[in-house]
Amino acid sequence: MTAASISATPTRRVPAGRLAVYAIVLAIGLCLAFAPFLFTDVRAAEVAARICIFIVLVASYDLLIGYTGIVSFAHTMFFGLGAYGAAIALKAWGPGWDAILLGGGAGVVAALVLAVLIGLLSLRVKAIFFAMVTLAAASVMLVLASQLSDITGGEDGFTYQAPRLFSPAFKLFEDADGKVLRLFDVALNGKVAAYYFVFLSSLVLFLLMLRIVASPMGTVLEAIRENEMRAEAIGYKVVAYRTAIFCIAAVIAATIGVVRAVWLKYTGPEVALSFHIMIDILLMVVIGGMGTIVGAVIGVVVMSLAQFYLKDLMEVAAEATAGIPLLPDLLNPDRWLLWLGVLFILLVYFFPAGIAGTLMNKGSAR
Amino acid sequence: MSGAILRLDDVHTDIGQYHILHGISLNVPEGGVHVLLGRNGAGKTTTLRTVMGLWRARKGAIVFRHHDITAMPTPDIARLGIAYVPENMGIFGGLTVEENMRLASTTGRFDDERLGRIFALFPAIEKFWTSQASGLSGGQKQMLAIARAIVERRELILIDEPTKGLAPAIIRAMIGAFREIATETTILLVEQNFLFARSLGRGVAVIDDGRIVHHGDMAALASDEALQTRLLSLSLAEHQ
Repeated sequence: MTAASISATPTRRVPAGRLAVYAIVLAIGLCLAFAPFLFTDVRAAEVAARICIFIVLVASYDLLIGYTGIVSFAHTMFFGLGAYGAAIALKAWGPGWDAILLGGGAGVVAALVLAVLIGLLSLRVKAIFFAMVTLAAASVMLVLASQLSDITGGEDGFTYQAPRLFSPAFKLFEDADGKVLRLFDVALNGKVAAYYFVFLSSLVLFLLMLRIVASPMGTVLEAIRENEMRAEAIGYKVVAYRTAIFCIAAVIAATIGVVRAVWLKYTGPEVALSFHIMIDILLMVVIGGMGTIVGAVIGVVVMSLAQFYLKDLMEVAAEATAGIPLLPDLLNPDRWLLWLGVLFILLVYFFPAGIAGTLMNKGSAR
Repeated sequence: MSGAILRLDDVHTDIGQYHILHGISLNVPEGGVHVLLGRNGAGKTTTLRTVMGLWRARKGAIVFRHHDITAMPTPDIARLGIAYVPENMGIFGGLTVEENMRLASTTGRFDDERLGRIFALFPAIEKFWTSQASGLSGGQKQMLAIARAIVERRELILIDEPTKGLAPAIIRAMIGAFREIATETTILLVEQNFLFARSLGRGVAVIDDGRIVHHGDMAALASDEALQTRLLSLSLAEHQ
């Protein structure tokens, strides 16, 4: 038997469900790539940037919970470290790239150091204890951010300026009259530059994660998730691999935290550290599908669109059903959280392995 | 005994509050298949797991070639060249057959010539190369577990009851495979199926109640029915 015949042995048929997932993700990717030209209002730009950032945040969390079976509540802590690092430097030194690089870099390094410490100290204990340790660490960080108000702005957080390149007044390109150049009726100003800064950073980090899970390391992580002892018995140091992926996920979360700080020009506990974000991340991973990475894209889009637009949709629906008894009351926009809950239950019921996870299993040849 | 690849010297192992191994002393000579026989619960599996470091010996020494592996972490023991095929096969069901095989290769690559020989021994491995391992039948899973253990040349393979629950035809095929594997590797085999053990084993040790109660040549045990009855009584009669 030769290598040629090995590679020629039964070729893997790509199941239809998997193709559907890739098509959906590609469509979302294209929408995000051209978002400034497709959706021109200010809110849409905010939603699109948030989606980009959360895709990275959720996918990096999936590396832990989905790929390796590590339950951590400290993911927003790493995200916050990056964000606060960049934000504090931008506030102290003014809006320059050096502030972003040095401050953000310091935040990322702090995240890495903390991840190594938490990982080495506690990844050898049972999952539940590890989860508790991360919960405690995240709580301490939240208290610190609110107590050290001279530096962090306390509960209110603080605002600062981003580099001039990202200010709406900045002209990326000028026309003959010295006015900002417009493409498809969209002014090519600093806001567009800021969005593409977010989009491209997210894209690079996302591709990096896809590369990691496709590498031999990804296979080892899956093996560890399935059975630690078996992985050890064939020669893999489980604690080393777990610590490594915990650090990688922390660094990615901190890096996207830096991006978030630059985009928002505001950093505070609510947008960078709070447990609300952690819960959002968990919901998005579950809705998208754990252990798929691409599921993050779908989970984040579904949740974000629901969070931002469900109210609007219900308002329209309530008006449309104005003549019918009871329905307008049920569809009152104030009840949007109820419907979000219903939506979540339906998603979990019909897609038990998450949207991407369930679709990918459909039609797969066993 | 000279030329021993693995030596256990007065090994005591506890599992929780239970004292399972009461001073196992065993020499496994280099080359061929050596069988560990014994009743259910005698301590055969515990012996293998203690060698792999999956249970820790409380007392005694385990020496593999010149390495004292008594307190060595499991991954390091595996990297010394000891493969372990547990009773439940120990494959990763969520991964493909190929990924399972690749995991066991220290370089992440396959030696084509070797892989060809593995495919010849176990055609199912080639047939289901890209399938998920959870979809394999029991016999195929067992073949994958053994194929994985020989993806590279190992010094010693510990195999726990490979024939358990398998059809006689598959067991016969496995005898041939084991003979071939034993030409380059030492195998320490835990087995309850005496017919299978007898057709393969060179040396044999019998464990009872956490102690070695007999060791010697398989041929001698196979021809001495009185000894068989004394050592293995019920379990042997069942299989004959």
